[in-house]
Amino acid sequence: MPAEFYYGVEVFLNGLMAGVMYSLVALGFVLIFKASGIFNYAQGIMALFAALTLVGFQEGQIPFSHLINAIFGTEVHHFGWHMPAFFAILAALVIMIIFAWLVEKLILQHLVNQEPIILFMATIGLAYFMEGFGDLMWGSNVKKLDIGIPQGGNFWIEESTAFLGGPDFYGFYLDTLDIYATFIAAALVIALVIFSQYTKTGRALRAVADDHQAALSVGISLRAIWVIVWAIAGFVALVAGIMWGAKSGVQFSLSLIALKALPVLMLGGFTSIPGAIIGGLIIGVGEKMFEFLIGAPLLGGATENWFAYMVALVFLVFRPQGLFGEKIIERV
Amino acid sequence: MFYREAGEFKTSYRADQQTFPIGLDKLGFYTSLLIAFVVIPLTMSEYWAQAVFLPFLIFGIAAIGLNILTGYCGQVSLGSGGFMAVGAYACYKLMTAFPDMNILICVLLSGGVTAFVGLIFGLPSLRIKGFYLAVATLAAQFFLVWLFNKVGWFYNYSASGQITAPERTLFGYVITGAKAETLPIYFVCLGLLVFLAVIARNLTRGAMGRKWMAIRDMDIAAEIIGVNPLMAKLTAFAISSFYVGISGALLFALYLGAVEVGEAFSIQKSFLILFMIIIGGLGSIFGSLVGAAFMIAMPVILKNLLVTSLGWPGDIAAHLEFMIVGLMIIVFLILEPHGLAMLWRIIKEKLRIWPFSH
Repeated sequence: MPAEFYYGVEVFLNGLMAGVMYSLVALGFVLIFKASGIFNYAQGIMALFAALTLVGFQEGQIPFSHLINAIFGTEVHHFGWHMPAFFAILAALVIMIIFAWLVEKLILQHLVNQEPIILFMATIGLAYFMEGFGDLMWGSNVKKLDIGIPQGGNFWIEESTAFLGGPDFYGFYLDTLDIYATFIAAALVIALVIFSQYTKTGRALRAVADDHQAALSVGISLRAIWVIVWAIAGFVALVAGIMWGAKSGVQFSLSLIALKALPVLMLGGFTSIPGAIIGGLIIGVGEKMFEFLIGAPLLGGATENWFAYMVALVFLVFRPQGLFGEKIIERV
Repeated sequence: MFYREAGEFKTSYRADQQTFPIGLDKLGFYTSLLIAFVVIPLTMSEYWAQAVFLPFLIFGIAAIGLNILTGYCGQVSLGSGGFMAVGAYACYKLMTAFPDMNILICVLLSGGVTAFVGLIFGLPSLRIKGFYLAVATLAAQFFLVWLFNKVGWFYNYSASGQITAPERTLFGYVITGAKAETLPIYFVCLGLLVFLAVIARNLTRGAMGRKWMAIRDMDIAAEIIGVNPLMAKLTAFAISSFYVGISGALLFALYLGAVEVGEAFSIQKSFLILFMIIIGGLGSIFGSLVGAAFMIAMPVILKNLLVTSLGWPGDIAAHLEFMIVGLMIIVFLILEPHGLAMLWRIIKEKLRIWPFSH
């Protein structure tokens, strides 16, 4: 076997890992879209905000310290303690739940029955707000997120696969963090499936996703469900934020993963959780392989930015509802 | 009693069908033209021209373009930034390839090029609808920006990867390049905006506009009553892209002068234009302009207020600006989802009988 083939396999595996990361973000979109028909553009910012909050708690930063310093002329930065990762995650989760409640209370409640485009724009407005708010609260410098997940190449995999290739081949390079992410994502999906299939709240959630009016008429509180869904999406955002933040630092570009998740959603269908996972894997593998085989050698690289969108676009022309989306039935 | 539709007696179809059939509306239109062409140029300072008026005129054209597509034809597009980039690069290529060609012709031709590109990216709209289409238009955004970044031919292999507008004159005034003067640029942009707005207004109230609106309200029903969805959607995409392309060409050649594609035509620009039409009012030419004015002027005013008047550090002001812009958008959507144009309609409605009760 030539070495190029093994590099190809390595790219493929890394693509799968990247796909898992995309799926994590796409999952949050699907949850909210299913339950409320809202296309939540702010999902990426939520991941950023969750990660910022987590780091802030861990480091014991004083919220709004920059603003306080500017107004009162003080010099405060940190409380001076470090929170263990586990408690910091819990605290960040509480913040995300409060956030979900506030979003429902202040925005969604007033926009019931509006057209989808209006709701979509409202979430873009929310994204702008959160962007400014997150930076104001925790500062806009790049932060390092470390909750104890090991990083870097996995030596065990590298050593145990080195025999496959020739003397120039040193084994597959896989980031340990990505492997963890894969398992965490799998656990998350299983937990979500169990939650939505076997709990009372989960059933209510599915009922709302199916038909708002029918759900209302059997006594399900739409507003409570929305808070729950946004809180779950906040939790998913937190997980995604931790994974992406640990990978590339907590900074503004973290919120752009939302843009990565959109083609995943198109491919998988906006309403399907398995679709988000499989779509993520297809996009992850597809863009890495395209970059490796065609993009970098022939087109000058950086094709990852648009390749996913093009795949999704071409795919949708043939199947407009995505891979697993509900069949679109139109009546006059 | 201040806004009156009564007492307008038309004796010919022509008079009845004119753009502004109500006398007061016509008066308002001519007054705003007078203000725009005479009062503002006489009074504006260089800073306000550069910070507010020029971007407003240029983005106003883009907003009208997007409103044709999204507001009138119901096809949500997030690719406006990419189409603006097409306009800018087409203009650059035309300006450098044909140095003797009039700059206005360059700008209009680049609109034509953009219309063609928009047509291609509009093709999937026949199969893809709603949010799927919105996300699909992002493909245009990312692909076009990548293309202009990577392929040297588009920026004439310049070392920096930027495109820089060469110097061009119109009626003896320098309007592009480093020595451009503000006032002639203002008049060129204003003239184009008024011209294009009048055309858009007439297109949208004619047969074509009615077809677009039928498609927007329900495309299957429209198809059944005999509207060709292919033609309606593609013309909307082409005309919309024409406007957006002209706006991009003006932004590059007349306003910025030098452009780096990833920065000047990022996805943020697409959202900015979408905000303009949502806040201004979908399906309203007047609304597009009001929305553009609002979205352009608000950050400038906020910045002046926070940094210059209150003396806060720039980065905090920038964060606050983001928060306030986001907040304003949400508040607007909650209070008046149909935009500022609707507010204007309500005011007119009220003025009709005010101050009397009947």
